[in-house]
Amino acid sequence: MMGRLLPLLVLLLLAVPAKSQGVAAHQAQCRAAEQQVENDFALQQVRRAIAAKQLSILVVGAGSSLLPGANGAKNAYPARLLHALSEKLPGVEVKLVADVKAKRSAAEMVKSMPQALSAAKPALVVWQTGTVDALQAIDPDQFSQALDKGINIARSAGADVVFINPQYSPRTESMIALGTYAENMRWVAVQQEVPLFDRFSIMKVWADLGTFDLDSATKKLDMAERVHDCLGRLLADLVIEAAKPSDRSSIKPSEPRAEGAR
Amino acid sequence: MKEKPLMAPIPTKRDLRLDLFRGIALWLIFLDHIPSNAVSWITIRNYGFSDATEIFVFISGYTAAFVYGRAMQTHGFLVATARVLKRAWQIYVAHVFLFAIYLAEIAYVVHSFDNPLYTEEMGVLDFLKEPDVTILQALLLKFKPVNMDVLPLYIVLLLWFSPILWLLLRAPSMALIASAGLYALMWTFDWNIAAYPSGTWAFNPFAWQLLFVFGAWCALGGAQRLNRWINSPVVIGLSFAYLLFAFSIAMTWYFPRLGAFVPHFVGEAIYPIDKTNLDILRILHFLSLAVIVVWLVPEDWSGLKSRWCWPAIVCGQHSLGIFCLGVFLSFAGHFVFTEVSNRVFTQVIVSVTGIAIMVAVAALISWYRVIERQGPGPLPPATKKGYAEGNV
Repeated sequence: MMGRLLPLLVLLLLAVPAKSQGVAAHQAQCRAAEQQVENDFALQQVRRAIAAKQLSILVVGAGSSLLPGANGAKNAYPARLLHALSEKLPGVEVKLVADVKAKRSAAEMVKSMPQALSAAKPALVVWQTGTVDALQAIDPDQFSQALDKGINIARSAGADVVFINPQYSPRTESMIALGTYAENMRWVAVQQEVPLFDRFSIMKVWADLGTFDLDSATKKLDMAERVHDCLGRLLADLVIEAAKPSDRSSIKPSEPRAEGAR
Repeated sequence: MKEKPLMAPIPTKRDLRLDLFRGIALWLIFLDHIPSNAVSWITIRNYGFSDATEIFVFISGYTAAFVYGRAMQTHGFLVATARVLKRAWQIYVAHVFLFAIYLAEIAYVVHSFDNPLYTEEMGVLDFLKEPDVTILQALLLKFKPVNMDVLPLYIVLLLWFSPILWLLLRAPSMALIASAGLYALMWTFDWNIAAYPSGTWAFNPFAWQLLFVFGAWCALGGAQRLNRWINSPVVIGLSFAYLLFAFSIAMTWYFPRLGAFVPHFVGEAIYPIDKTNLDILRILHFLSLAVIVVWLVPEDWSGLKSRWCWPAIVCGQHSLGIFCLGVFLSFAGHFVFTEVSNRVFTQVIVSVTGIAIMVAVAALISWYRVIERQGPGPLPPATKKGYAEGNV
């Protein structure tokens, strides 16, 4: 977490806060944080699945993969990820199953993983975790072991894995010690060669740039929905980037990419 | 090898460098405890493996031995033990006081913040639903909210300090070996104290005692024994090299792309750098820092008496009060960020103001000490204010 601060400073100095809310502007805002997505590791199974025109994804997560309300499932980032991938991969049949339940620690998610894997037969497991372990102050070693175990289970079922780390929550920041868990997650990701979707840093950039007012005490869902939409899009970019599909012509570019950060 | 008993030479003059660096450590802890604080880039944890906690624990061990060692020599084991335990009790009271402030903060958040994006994070308030259990667990030092781990560690270290001090005064090397042995056993058998609702203490006392006892050992003559070593060019060179190594590793945390230059086996060997169990890499980093600092700042350095060093020194002299104040101010600072503004400018203002308050309160405590010593009667011949009496 603290490791992300320096690039943030650079961004702060360079970026002009954008406040307009149009759709195009909204997409551009999502991109403000693109260079924060770390995806050095390749997703072989996903590449094969895209080549075979059939991509199946399993999202494993806890409460921060959900939105409340009647349309919660439709607007939460797993559904937005499906939407974005279907748009970007025309001709590929993309399916997504979400095994998401609030208040589950990494170890609890690992328990239900074999069943979910055999039902969904995914090429990719998107695994959001860390927050609940931090809340329950679970032994960081046990957390890391659960991550290793989950990766091994998913891989032996023929799936790649992408991690999503905890979200940035300014109000509760002084009450939840995410640090150790976020760092352990990063280390496991590096050791196991799993791409890490750095949700924490992305949202932090949004908060710093004023893209989203993450401090606001509102019961309304609109901001939460836009945040999840952005997360879904950025996640789709990460998946495609890390899959490095051989046939690039099949990817529909949504807009010109800013290459400056690379 | 025959051990020379150390009955005489506990120095009576307090080394101002201890107060200076403990004061600085307290400032750094304050800055690090405010989440998302831009100013915390300047703190040492960003440039290597160890952080201000190591400095604080080491110096606390040093001053504890300095003060209670003399008490044990002049008044005996019983009196010194009683004083150590009284100190542990004071720290316990301070910890409970901080917990009350934390409760106030968190209860405020329950009532003021509700955002559908953060349903999961609000789970942090679940413990308020069963205050009968959690408050009791907090009083038992098992339930410790974020950033409230240092004082419980300090309490436990003091609880078993007087037998260690007894041994340190008779056979210093034996005491140090015993401490290192405990550290090794902790790593072998995974010893730690259980926490509530799950997990273990974030600062494992079986691990961190090593630094505390090492500090105490240095205070009781160890530092003089090490003098020849720590002033040798080889050791200073090695320390610089290690600090440089830690610095380059730390840079890969900010710029993940630099990680490509770290050979795989190095990563395998060093990660994870365990703070809970005081990783050996952290100890080495602290020792290297200490070697360089002792080399750069000699004990008789004139700057120690200058007014530039005074703010840090006065904070270091009242470390318990200022530590608690720092934890409180970091809560308050974060509150300002969320309620008022979290622009970088505000963060700088909050950080600087916080440190200024710490200095002002430390000066106030010093002043109180002076007037309390004056007592009800006529003025005694001018007592020098402060530390000759020894604040731990």
